[in-house]
Amino acid sequence: MDVILFLIFAIIAVVCAINVVVQTHPISSAISLVGVMGSLAVLYLLLGAEFIAAAQVIVYAGAIMVLFVFVIMLLNAGAESKHGRSLVAQLLGAPLLVALLGLLAYFVERLYPRGVSVRFGGFTHGTPLDIGRALFTTYLLPFEATSILILIAIVGAIVLAWKEID
Amino acid sequence: MDSFIVISLIKAAVVFAALMATLLYLQWVERKVIAHIQVRPGPYRVGPHGLLQPIADVIKLMTKEDLIPPYVNKPLYLAAPFIAMTMALFSISVIPFGPMIEVAGYKTFMQLTDLNIGVLFVLAVSSMGVYGIALAGWSSNNKYALLGGLRSSAQMISYELPLSLAIAAPLLISNTLILRQLVERQAGSILEWNVLHGPFPQILSFLIFLIAGFAETNRVPFDLPEAENELVAGFHVEYSSMKFASFFMAEYANMITVSSMAVLLFLGGWVAPWPARYGSSLVPVAIFAGAGVVALYHGMHPGHRRDRRTLPVFGAAFLAMAAVFLLPAVQAWLLPLFWFCAKTGSVLFTFMWVRGTLPRLRYDQLMGFTWKFLFPVAFADLLATGFLVAWFG
Amino acid sequence: MTEVPISWFLTLSAVLFVLGVAGFVFRRSVVTVFMSIELMLNAVNLSFVTFSYQLQQVNGHLFAFFVMVVAAAEAAVGLAIILTVFKNRATLNIDDVDSMKN
Repeated sequence: MDVILFLIFAIIAVVCAINVVVQTHPISSAISLVGVMGSLAVLYLLLGAEFIAAAQVIVYAGAIMVLFVFVIMLLNAGAESKHGRSLVAQLLGAPLLVALLGLLAYFVERLYPRGVSVRFGGFTHGTPLDIGRALFTTYLLPFEATSILILIAIVGAIVLAWKEID
Repeated sequence: MDSFIVISLIKAAVVFAALMATLLYLQWVERKVIAHIQVRPGPYRVGPHGLLQPIADVIKLMTKEDLIPPYVNKPLYLAAPFIAMTMALFSISVIPFGPMIEVAGYKTFMQLTDLNIGVLFVLAVSSMGVYGIALAGWSSNNKYALLGGLRSSAQMISYELPLSLAIAAPLLISNTLILRQLVERQAGSILEWNVLHGPFPQILSFLIFLIAGFAETNRVPFDLPEAENELVAGFHVEYSSMKFASFFMAEYANMITVSSMAVLLFLGGWVAPWPARYGSSLVPVAIFAGAGVVALYHGMHPGHRRDRRTLPVFGAAFLAMAAVFLLPAVQAWLLPLFWFCAKTGSVLFTFMWVRGTLPRLRYDQLMGFTWKFLFPVAFADLLATGFLVAWFG
Repeated sequence: MTEVPISWFLTLSAVLFVLGVAGFVFRRSVVTVFMSIELMLNAVNLSFVTFSYQLQQVNGHLFAFFVMVVAAAEAAVGLAIILTVFKNRATLNIDDVDSMKN
């Protein structure tokens, strides 16, 4: 049962990720990226990370990607044009990427031949209680630092997009 | 395992059927309430007092020509109402309607599924509902639709902030995200409900939640994105028949979700205002019996000639409902369900009351209201609640 | 086999990461490049949560949480920069923003 769930959502994630890279119009890429994030949220649930799954949907798929979709609609970004693409870069880059993937997959299989198996319910410490406890005791300094980082990002975004109303 | 799947399927079918019937008749209730606020009768021709009006509307919408304009972006155009409707129905699946009941030997909760992160799930699904509207506006290839879609998306994500802060404040008092436990920790009487309980009664959070809920569901006074007379119906101007109907149903389902969350978080869920041993089980009996007597009386001296036949029938039906509430066999599950529906219905009536009363906010007033007033107030309320909860333990 | 070997999750993370790199290198619309960066960050989040499962600790979840927060801040500022570049140069093609080249 877990294997079937993993296979379904992993295939959806990979197909949507290929769609992100292949589609010419940015809005189709954005919707496919939302699909990737949704299937990743289900995979997090399989790994027992219930708070991270909810945070993924609320923050990533529900806020950051809405921001992307907004900007694409505001800029009226059209489909990408095909002229000026460097064939040399594509011919050189694609095999390198395939080699990178092969290397990563090989090392993963080498390191975990008969490792831990994931089953639903195998990790019970991903509840909001545990995350909250760790966040406010062990990771208090990064928490406060990222709060200030978000404040700086808000101020920076407003300054960059400011329009003088005269 | 098998009985779990069968029971879940039966519960899903029951909840779906009840929800669809409620969505249909919620529209009738809204039209009648707005009509009486505006001192006019509302629908009263189709069936007794317009009760068959929703059925007529369904037939009209289903038989209308389903026109897909040739200049739209077809995949997104067809997906947008589907996304809106799906996300609106998802959030109903975690709402608990009552305590544990026993049917034919099987114990089950009156809830489709009980998640550990119930509150976060409802927030997540309502964040995803923004996509239905944004994509509808974009794919229609129409200036008015695009403006309406963009404005509505910006409004929804801006009001998610005070909504989340207003949800966090009673969670500090109840200490749980599981929706069933949230209600069980408010058990007792009206003084235990989150809106009146704890070191800091959550009245301000309740008001902020309701205001943000109005904006999340695109209702007056925040319904500029779908205003008929401002934006030529906004983001659903290019939609017809069933797709248009699904946007409408999604809006009403979102209203039901926001009202249910308000009831669960602040108003104590299915808990009666005072314990049953002091007679709160007789309240539904009294209400239905009173309604039945009034209907019978007006049946004797009717205003319209047709009412002489229909009003006594309704009076008899109300008196039968009052008698049902006296049976001890059904009281275990019918009374909590009655209290939950009564409270949710009151919040829904507030939605309709506000729609008939307040004028519409302009878009810049709307955005200024949330960023400059509602968000700081919600923040201050959360700080005050946290401080008082930490002080008094 | 009712349990999923943990190497499958890490392989999926590697595949998503490499697809993100492919989008980053080969696409020329700046918004799509930005979305490929987000895809890479998501792939890394999946690895963090997988390792947290393997070591039976919650720290990996915390790392993934902070990655999400930083990605949100980066997306906000990056999109503001994209808007400003579009306002000044009226193009979303990264090859055309080369006025500092000789």
